[in-house]
Formats: sequence, C-alpha cells, structure tokens
Amino acid sequence: MNDSHRRFLQTMMYNAIVDEKGARSLYRHCCEIHNTQHTPGHLDKFIDTINSQLQPLFMQIRKGTSEDTGDQFYALVNMAVTDVTRMSSGYADNELELFVKTMDLIVGSENGTASSTDILNSADTLTTKKLKKSETQHLLSRLVQDKWLNEKGGEYTLSTRCIIEMEPYISTMYQDQVKVCQICHSIAIQGQICENPMCGIKIHNPCVARYFKGRPEPQCPACNDFWPHEIPEI
Amino acid sequence: MTQRKRLSNTPSSSQAKRQSGAFPAQDDDDDVTFTQPSSTQVQRGLEKLTPAQVDQKTAEVVQFFLVKAQKKIPIRRADIVKHVVKEYKNIYPEIIKRATQTFDKVFGLKLVEIDTKNHLYILVNKLDPVEGDSPISAPANPKMGLLFQILSVVFMKGGVVRENVIWNTLKKLRVDPGEKHEEFGDVKKVVTEEFVRQKYLEYVRIPHTEPVEYEFRWGQRAEIEVSKPKILEFLGELHEVDPKSWSQQYREAHASQNSSQPSSSSSSQR
Ligand SMILES: [Zn+2]
Ligand SMILES: [Zn+2]
Repeated sequence: MNDSHRRFLQTMMYNAIVDEKGARSLYRHCCEIHNTQHTPGHLDKFIDTINSQLQPLFMQIRKGTSEDTGDQFYALVNMAVTDVTRMSSGYADNELELFVKTMDLIVGSENGTASSTDILNSADTLTTKKLKKSETQHLLSRLVQDKWLNEKGGEYTLSTRCIIEMEPYISTMYQDQVKVCQICHSIAIQGQICENPMCGIKIHNPCVARYFKGRPEPQCPACNDFWPHEIPEI
Repeated sequence: MTQRKRLSNTPSSSQAKRQSGAFPAQDDDDDVTFTQPSSTQVQRGLEKLTPAQVDQKTAEVVQFFLVKAQKKIPIRRADIVKHVVKEYKNIYPEIIKRATQTFDKVFGLKLVEIDTKNHLYILVNKLDPVEGDSPISAPANPKMGLLFQILSVVFMKGGVVRENVIWNTLKKLRVDPGEKHEEFGDVKKVVTEEFVRQKYLEYVRIPHTEPVEYEFRWGQRAEIEVSKPKILEFLGELHEVDPKSWSQQYREAHASQNSSQPSSSSSSQR
C-alpha cells in the first residue's frame, strides 16, 4: 500500500462509483503522480491491495455491472451494513423508510421501476414521520444525486451503485421476489421475463442484447419458448 | 449504523433488521460527562476486551469520521463518544490512536484535534492536491482554486485582510460575489459560510466599524492542509518572480513548514 493506492481510494470515496474505463485511467494517473509501478491489466490486483487494507474496516471496492448498459463499474461499498442503514450519512429515519418503500416498489415491480406517483402515494403510509409531497420530491432528487436511484421520465430505478452495494441485502430481504439473471446469474431488477407461466425466468436487458444477438428466432434459454420481447440494442 | 453488531457480509447473516441508525446531526449536550481516561484505565479496559472487539469499535469510529468528514465539518469528541464509542469510552484514547493510524496508513488522511479545549477533530488530506487533469473528478474540486486565491491574498498581506480586498481580487478574476457564479453558485455564501464552516477561513467582524466590516484570516484547516511554500511557488511562477524576493513571507513559509505541515511522504509503506 503506497500513496498511489491511497489517492485511488480517496477518489473512490469522493465518487462512490466509477466505471471501468475511469478506474483504469485513474489507476494509471495515481501511479504517475506517485512514481509507482503501473502495469496495464493489473487494476484488479491494485484494487486487491487496497481491499486487503479495507477489510478490517468492513469496506471494499467491489465490481459490478450496470443493468442499463452492461458496463462494468467499481463501487466503494460498506459491508458492515449491507442494508439501508449504510446511507445513514445525512438521511433521517423517515427518509430511510421512504427509500425502503421505494425499493419495495421497484423490486416488486416486473420491470424494476417505480413511478414518482406511486412513490409519492407510498409516502402517505410512512410510520415514522410523514413527508410532505414537496419533501418527498426533494428527497428523491437527493437520492438520485447521491447515486442511490436513477430517474428517467418520472420512473425510478435502482442505480448500479445501489445494486452493487445492496445486493446481499436485496437477495435476503426480497428472497421471494427477486430473480437471478438466467445469463449472468447476478440479481436482476430490470430486465425481460419469459412469458411462459411455467418458466418465468428473467434476463437483464444488456444480457438479452448479447445473448440474442444475431438470432432471428429468439427462444428462452430455459424453456425454449419463443422470446416475445423486443431485443434491445446495446 | 453504529448500533449494529453484525459485521459479516454473508447474505444469510444479513437478517437485516430494518433499523435505521442515522447519526443524529449535532446535539447540544456537551462533554462534561466524559473525562479522558488515564493510561492505566485504558490498559485495564483493554484487558477486558477481545482484540476483535477493539478492532470493530475502531472500524466504527473510522466510518463515523469518514461519513462526517464528507462535509469537512469538524467532529466533536462528545458526538464520537455518545454515538459510537459508547460503553468503550474507558479505552477512548486507544481507539483514537488506532483510528489515527488507519487514516494515515490506508486513506492518506491525518486526524487532527484542532481544538484541544472543545475537542474538535478534522481530517486533513496528506496527499498533495494535483492540479488539473485527473481522469475522474477528484476530491480537489474547483472551489479549491477559489479558496487558494483567497488564502494567497491573506498570506501575502500579512495574515489579515479586510473583506473588500478579497471581493475586489475575486472580481478581477471574474468571480463577482454579488452575482450567481455558474460553477460556485452564491460566491459570497461559499466563501463566508462554507469555507468558514470547513475551517479553511476565519471571517470575523472588525470591532467598531460603521458600516459593519469583516476581515479574513486563515482557518485552522488551512494552516494544516495548505502549504505556504507552495503558495509562494505558485505566485512566483504567476508573476515571474523569485519567491525569495518576498523575504518576509518566504521566511514565514519556511519557518511554519516544519511545525504544522503534514508531510505527504511520511505515510507508512506496506
Ligand atoms: Zn444478466
Ligand atoms: Zn422460459
């Protein structure tokens, strides 16, 4: 562990999540600044060194995949608290409760999204302390800003950071609801579902794109039924 | 998160209770209940605990600091004891010692008690800021350039400067405190509130002035985190002057260097 590792870690703390390309150039940059050995392709080894120091602190730089693009990301996660308490940095109890309700809505939905209307409605059912409509809206934009949620046209999804950090929590808390991607075997929140009621497997959109690429008659990899969804292009 | 006892990450063990351990902001009760334990008390306390317990408590304290330090606001000992250290307060000095080592060794940060009377801590970066092109946004954000300008002026003018001087300097750099800046927003607020809260600047009313006037000084964080020789070097390059020609500032910069500057090379190597 030297200053190049420390600078890398500081930048990870500041950004919380960095895409693979960014992480690779950050690795080179940190090594250049501190005149340390830079070996292209050894990013994961470099990160392992940092992780060995972070382990006693129950923190880790963890790799994960974006459900939107299929790109790889690195996130600094806190393993001591794989549940929502992780976000304790500045969120009040009722705000955390609303975030949990939002996760409930997103994970419980078929396509992994929740509309702002549904979230606002669920704010009425808070048991801790009610949130006004404007407060809820403000909270939602903060959650987006802090990279816990993504928003697009009034629809909210779990961010890559959120999924990387909370995967263990989501798998446990939503055991009966959450599915594992048939292709990459990670949990799948957003994706396409086989319409055969006996099957019902789920595949991430980028995994769908990769798997069915160049197949004119897409079939479910589990039950061989026709795959009725539009194949996204990534 | 301070309330959690579970520290393993296997999904089966995350029988995640939906409890929220949001750190309360700041509370008013002060430090009176806490007296620094003696080294024998610490020793005796440590004997009753397993190394794993002490490690875990240290990890919690480190995380508490990291969360709090994101906003660069000083952290009160009273809050650390109350929200994290709790029943381990008899070994408080040992935990702070270990947290300090961790910040140094792992994060390149220095834990500094800036106020030994009110027991306030800040985390100071031991790594030198890098100008310009980090491939992804680095902790040294654009506001730091603004701050650096102000600190330079204050330092060159002998340590205290009336606010008008600062505002005029900034206006010359096309940063008008009266207007909304596209990058900094409300400049006056950033300078007189944010930088002050973060202990980079002191902004104090000058007594007996009508209308009311304020002056700027370096804050405690700046004294520790910002290198005066670097400022001179920077200004020297800017004005094409040998920094030594500012003899008084040069002497001061190199005199204070040893006492308060954390050296970035002293971090332990693994
Ligand atoms: Zn997948
Ligand atoms: Zn199927």
